[in-house]
Amino acid sequence: MTITVEEIYETASMILDQHLDIRTTTVGINLKDCIDSDFEAFRKKVHNRISSFGRRLVTEAEKLEIKYGIPIVNKRISITPVSLIMEPHAIHERFVEMAETIDMAARDAGIDFIGGFGALVEKGMTMSDRVLIDALPDVLSGTERVCSFLNVGSFRAGLNLDAINLIGKMLLETAKKSKNAIGCAKFVVFTNAPQDNPFMAGAFHGVGEGDFTLNIGISGPGVVRAVVEKNRDCDLTGLSEIIKRTVFKITRAGELVGRELAAALEIPFGIVDISLASTTAAGDSVARVIEAFGIEKTGAHGSTLAVALLMDAVKKGGAMASGNVGGLSGTFIPVSEDAGMIEAVMSGALGLDKLEALTAVCSVGLDMFAIPGDVAPETICAIIADELAIGVINNKTTGVRVIPVPGKQAGDIVEFGGLLGSAPVMAVNPFSSADFLKRGGRLPAPVTSMRN
Amino acid sequence: MKERQLLFITVIGEDKKGIVAKISDYLFKTDINIEDINQRIMGDGYFVMTMLVDIGDSKESMGEIATAVEKIGKDLSVRIQLQHENIFKMMHRI
Repeated sequence: MTITVEEIYETASMILDQHLDIRTTTVGINLKDCIDSDFEAFRKKVHNRISSFGRRLVTEAEKLEIKYGIPIVNKRISITPVSLIMEPHAIHERFVEMAETIDMAARDAGIDFIGGFGALVEKGMTMSDRVLIDALPDVLSGTERVCSFLNVGSFRAGLNLDAINLIGKMLLETAKKSKNAIGCAKFVVFTNAPQDNPFMAGAFHGVGEGDFTLNIGISGPGVVRAVVEKNRDCDLTGLSEIIKRTVFKITRAGELVGRELAAALEIPFGIVDISLASTTAAGDSVARVIEAFGIEKTGAHGSTLAVALLMDAVKKGGAMASGNVGGLSGTFIPVSEDAGMIEAVMSGALGLDKLEALTAVCSVGLDMFAIPGDVAPETICAIIADELAIGVINNKTTGVRVIPVPGKQAGDIVEFGGLLGSAPVMAVNPFSSADFLKRGGRLPAPVTSMRN
Repeated sequence: MKERQLLFITVIGEDKKGIVAKISDYLFKTDINIEDINQRIMGDGYFVMTMLVDIGDSKESMGEIATAVEKIGKDLSVRIQLQHENIFKMMHRI
């Protein structure tokens, strides 16, 4: 088999110039067998399980980075939803202590973020779920690496408004307790949460998974943008075709690394998540891909069609490349982690309403956006409820990662630093839906869920 | 003889004297066999040279070889990458 110079150059350019990387390798770890009525023994088992496996992950991933010359940016761990394993210890202080244990284990393993400090509450909440939500402000502000999620709705169960109604207050408290409200960046609320998502902050090791599994998240908005820019005159079908081909190639790189890493760790290979994920690095922006299509600024009319085309082409290319596509698999459009999105908000092209519209066709939802810190908790709950209703009715994953920043008003900028970037504070609708939310209860599952 | 282990060395930059000489001198000293060499001027004007090498007999680890060729690249002001052939097979062949 001969590989041509052109093909080698294409791959090298993707890595060297267009930021192609393996965005994350995430090992899912089952912690159910660590449960112990002796809380100290329980904590010790959890610490040992996470830290010993985390170290192996980091070592083996680094070997593959050298072998294939492709950066593996993040090495992470997801764990069994913590509310589940904490059922026998459903006390506020113990949740905080468990979070500290998990945080320490991640640090000892050299892991920057660990996901799974959350609960599956789409239909109802156990005592443990309620205590976990109550402890989240302390957990998110008091730990460095622990990420949290709640799944509050699903296609099958409907939407748990009682759970959503707890989140606004919880986020405002978290924001007050952490610098620049950064604790809120480590929390995602979902509907239809995938149990094998490798991306933080929403990763967790689903209850239907085995003891261990390795999930891979690839990336490459820069690669897609480069190929779109080279093909300025093709029609939409042509555009879809060239994106499909490119995503096929980058997904194959992810599949290769995933399979080899799983084999080296002697654990099953789970899925490749083919989401396009932006970073704050220049050129690594999904908004810039949309703009390369011919949209002046992301958010302009036509952007929803552009995101829909991109999303669909990414999925088709990825599906051909890997036998196990999973996780979120589509296109993330976070505000603070994408230079093009930040610019679109600052120039007035993109507001919260259009962002919500874009999420109806993107893979996740309203991600990493800042709002003024003095908004009413009910308004935050209503933003979440709207976004998640899109997911429940359309049988897709949607999520919200919102950061209410104390002391900031619409138009201000908040700097998070590092991977999280900076975010322009976005205006929210000033009118109230508090009386509607007060009704509580559960949005019934949509009629389309009756498929049996 | 150990099992063959095939890697591609990719050089990207401006064409100049000594690129092949310096890399092949290092490869010879570290017991690495060159199986194939190709070079082209790309549409965007870059000079690209690829070498398919077998490191099966070498005592150097992949990491050591990667570091050494990267250093040669720095000295010559070109970018040099070392990658196992499997990544190209996966990405460019079905």
